[in-house]
Amino acid sequence: MITFGSLFASSWPKIFQILAVIVIFFGFYGIAFAAGARIKGKKQNSLAIALFLVPALILVMTGLGIPAIQTFLESFKNADSSQWVGLKNYSNAIHDPDIRLAFINTISWVVICPVIVTALGISLATMLNKMKREAFAKSLIFMPMAISFVGGSLIWNLMYAYQEPDRAQTGLVGQIMLWLHIDVKHLLLWSPWNNLFLMVVYIWGFTGFAMVILSAAIKGIPTEIEEAAQLDGATGIRLFRTITVPMVRTTIIVVLTTAMVGTLKLFDVIHTMTGGNFKTDVLSNRMFDENFVYLNYGRGSALAVLIFLGVIPITYYNIRSLRLERKH
Amino acid sequence: MSSKGHAANRPFTSPIASMVVTVIAVLWTVPTFGLVVTSFRKKEDILSTGWWTSFKNPTFTFDNFRAILFESGGTVGEQGMIPFAINSLAITIPAVLLSVGLGLMAAYALAWIPFRFSDHVFYGLFALQGVPLQLSLLPLLTFFATGVQLFGHTIFPQLHIVGTLASVWLPHTMFGLPLVIYLLHNFVAALPREVMEAARVDGANHFEVFRRIVLPLSIPAIASIAIFQFLWIWNDLLVALVFAGGTDDVAPLTLHLANLGGSLGSHWENVAPAALFSIIIPLIVFFSLQRYFVRGLLAGSVK
Repeated sequence: MITFGSLFASSWPKIFQILAVIVIFFGFYGIAFAAGARIKGKKQNSLAIALFLVPALILVMTGLGIPAIQTFLESFKNADSSQWVGLKNYSNAIHDPDIRLAFINTISWVVICPVIVTALGISLATMLNKMKREAFAKSLIFMPMAISFVGGSLIWNLMYAYQEPDRAQTGLVGQIMLWLHIDVKHLLLWSPWNNLFLMVVYIWGFTGFAMVILSAAIKGIPTEIEEAAQLDGATGIRLFRTITVPMVRTTIIVVLTTAMVGTLKLFDVIHTMTGGNFKTDVLSNRMFDENFVYLNYGRGSALAVLIFLGVIPITYYNIRSLRLERKH
Repeated sequence: MSSKGHAANRPFTSPIASMVVTVIAVLWTVPTFGLVVTSFRKKEDILSTGWWTSFKNPTFTFDNFRAILFESGGTVGEQGMIPFAINSLAITIPAVLLSVGLGLMAAYALAWIPFRFSDHVFYGLFALQGVPLQLSLLPLLTFFATGVQLFGHTIFPQLHIVGTLASVWLPHTMFGLPLVIYLLHNFVAALPREVMEAARVDGANHFEVFRRIVLPLSIPAIASIAIFQFLWIWNDLLVALVFAGGTDDVAPLTLHLANLGGSLGSHWENVAPAALFSIIIPLIVFFSLQRYFVRGLLAGSVK
């Protein structure tokens, strides 16, 4: 039996630490603001930049900027980063069958998931628009957003739980297969289809996001445009295809690219459900294993760079549209 | 006309659409519902039958929860699940406070303090937001352990925080900042120029403008982004694995849960209530503050 006394004994330093961070943060900036308010003239611009912007920049550079450059350099070194090996890590990555499989799996994730998520999202958003009990249905579909992918993976592990066909099934999916007279299989071991069953977890978790964003965009379509279209006789699917989709095109692209970056970096589902075994490995999980299990830093870094290369076109595209937007 | 207008407002018209939506909403809820039911079932029932059969002759129990929360020496650790929840809080609260606090000030500086490289810094931050954090995990871990040396000189001292909670919330703060700054910048930059200028004419400097005008006006944006960050950090696994992987003492719920799921794959009498316990706080945050959360998402994605 665990007593509250023992729980308190182990927890109070941590709670004290939370309070200390809060007190130090507000204390420091409280004093800084009190002092800063007295300073007038030219000096206050540089002081404000030093106190407002510089701490954030230092943290970002230490946490993201410099490490990214370092990883890039590491990717041209050997396993313990003692020697330069040129492009060997990259050519290995292409020739190693396991890594090649992780590569192919990652590509199928990036192609399949965003399309399904976006298609589901826009269909749901359109169907839900002005429907009764819209908010309730939305909440239910949106709820997995609040659940961690670790939690989601366990939830779906339970759905996929497998028992021999002669025993009572404990996983709902297996039971449904039995009801439909399909051979019950251990779904997470059934390659290559197990990749699809893993994708289900991501789709389940992310569709709510797509739906909410697209739903807001659809509500923003001016009613005059809809009315004009309906005078021309457009209804149902045709209205959806000719008005709804083109009008929310930008938002569709936002959802697609967000989902693409998300799947490219996706790690939790694979790590929790299969650990990358049974031919389900992806780059992000493989990169983690190379770095922290096989301790091959060179190859792990090369894989991280490959993930980055996949993100670059998307980031570039976004920066370009951001610049266009800022000009207007 | 009215019936036509009616149909046009609902491109996929009623009965079929309602049915499809209902089916999807049920499909989306059933898996979580299964976990909830399983966590209240007896061990031998979980092993022998599916959770959907338990409504015929219900024998639900709180024993599983008592076991994971208050029984020591069990499969979930010497102190049960509560210390991991404390760790999650002790990681999430400082990281949310620092990323949102520092992010808001940085957003103000980029939007309202004119300086030479303002635009470059802004685009640089936006680009860094696209850098996958996979790229920085290992070097950052090394920074914490050994500091940064260049040509034999220490340019960044060794921080003695490896294995502490700070070594988890600090990376979360660093990784979260670019997105937080970008989202808050969108908001702060849109504040009315006249209000800001009127205050400046009255002699208020940046510190006063920030405290008296920007901070109070930004409360809704701060709330939505803080919730977003809270869920993001609470639900993270990768950062936790890398920076807290070595020791149970600082491991958050997600990390412990991932270990449980792996090592006790079939011990659903422990895994199910533990998973439910770990998603309860984010679900409460989510349902009570859903409005703000949605607003935060929209601020980031729809223009």
